[in-house]
Amino acid sequence: MTALTPDRDVVRTAPALSLRGVRKAFGSLQAVDGLDLEVAAGTCLGLLGPNGAGKSTTMKLLTAQALPDSGSIEVLGLPVPERSKQARALMGVAPQQDNLDEELTTRQVLEIFARLYAVPRSERAAAVDRALGIATLTDRAGARVGELSGGMRRRLLIARALVHRPRLVLLDEPTVGLDPQVRSELWSLVARLRDEGVTVLMSTHYIEEAERLADSVAVMAAGRVVARGVPAALVSEHAGREALEVLASADRLAQVQARATALGLPTRRTGPSLAVLRAEGVSPEQLAAGGPDVGLRRREATLEDVFVVLTGEEVA
Amino acid sequence: MRLPVEPAAVGGVMAREWVMYRRYWASTTVSAVIEPVMYLLAFGFGVGALVTQVGGYDYVEFVGTGVVATSVLFSSAFPGMFSTFVKRTFQHTYDAMLAAPVDTADLVTAEALFLAVKSGVYGLAPLAVAVAFGLDPSAGMLAVPLIGTLTGFGFACFGIWVSGLVPSINSFNYVISIVLTPVFLVAGTFFPIDGLPGWAQGVAQLNPLHHCVELVRHAAFGFALGPDLRSVAVLVVFGVLMWFLAVRSLRGKLVQ
Repeated sequence: MTALTPDRDVVRTAPALSLRGVRKAFGSLQAVDGLDLEVAAGTCLGLLGPNGAGKSTTMKLLTAQALPDSGSIEVLGLPVPERSKQARALMGVAPQQDNLDEELTTRQVLEIFARLYAVPRSERAAAVDRALGIATLTDRAGARVGELSGGMRRRLLIARALVHRPRLVLLDEPTVGLDPQVRSELWSLVARLRDEGVTVLMSTHYIEEAERLADSVAVMAAGRVVARGVPAALVSEHAGREALEVLASADRLAQVQARATALGLPTRRTGPSLAVLRAEGVSPEQLAAGGPDVGLRRREATLEDVFVVLTGEEVA
Repeated sequence: MRLPVEPAAVGGVMAREWVMYRRYWASTTVSAVIEPVMYLLAFGFGVGALVTQVGGYDYVEFVGTGVVATSVLFSSAFPGMFSTFVKRTFQHTYDAMLAAPVDTADLVTAEALFLAVKSGVYGLAPLAVAVAFGLDPSAGMLAVPLIGTLTGFGFACFGIWVSGLVPSINSFNYVISIVLTPVFLVAGTFFPIDGLPGWAQGVAQLNPLHHCVELVRHAAFGFALGPDLRSVAVLVVFGVLMWFLAVRSLRGKLVQ
């Protein structure tokens, strides 16, 4: 396995990222609205939230590509935007929007970013080879970016963020639009990063991705963090242990939903079905849903349930 | 004193330009060299058949030295506008770079320096053609790439500045017609400006390209210390002013 980062004996106690009371508006749109967020060094934080929750703006604030209207930001102990350039030298960013140079080769892309990240000349070739290895693009080193598949481009985008062995990596929707196999390849890449002590902030709206990779999850809605914790704790806190999936006609579903609400149980509609959350202590009869016209299935509560409860949004 | 830009970052951005240039040098060079040379031949032979002497020089020598500035303008202001606009809005190259330890000032400096040096070198093409047609080579001509680079820096920054102001790539047509065409015509390239009405002469004195033309001519035929220092000063002020405007306009677009 290729080593992603150098050995470090540094005791990491200070948070790698800290945002306090951060607000940012674009015109009349309040994209980030009093955001408080800390990420412990060496951990992976999954930033969950529906489109427009402020995830990408948060990423831009961390690289000083957006400037906060108020609040304070620290990246690796450095105040941002004041000392953002130093902070950016220590972190890598894989944006949601592919901004690779189409006309360069895979190797040239990495060479240029090795220079931009001030990797010393004598180490540049090795750094580029290592990044090619991480992205498993060694045999496509001479190919132009325009010739690469979508999955390869995304891997290159991430390798570009790792060429200088950053201590912190920002991944904005790293697997959006990728097929399942490519997605699981990227997951193992992120898992390796985390294993080697790199701090990872990863925004995603794939719940499964956050459950697999994140030590801790922050759910964002309307520009602020509405819940924070390890995935399992968040699930039991907000969605209970079990959910009861109910499949029935719309009228019946409305009846069951009203009953669940009366019992104080949260519900969510997903297309033709209704999920009753915190259903571990409830029998189907209590929901008056035992009739032959109703299908029932018990399942474990998931992070997706939490997400929906907290943001009121459905997920892809 | 802290530099307003960081050499490592500037070098990194220029490295990208150099890689792209090595890929596209042929087409870049053809358009940057052929056009001024055509102007030189067309005016040199066309107008040269009607007038033999202008401002005390053979007309071919007059135009041959003047067209150096045309070449510099074409290979700095135009890519300054178009290629920075494309890189910013369509390719998002700058967004990628600003996530690395590169600031807008580094970006502008690197782009402008690269175009400046390139236009300084390309400015030699019409001069070489003029020499082939009888212009005497002189030691002073060695200063021509430097004059071209200094001028090119200001016009490249002008292009970058404008690229951050226009709403779409089509808007460059206004800039080309209303600003660059007069700059190109009233620079003393094809005809001496002392034949113009007084007010126009005054305007021409403010035209940086006119000072480039004067410096190149003096490089070929003999420097005149006082006026040449003044011309250099005008070009330096122009370059610094345009750099500040370019950084401000691009930062406004790239940092939200």
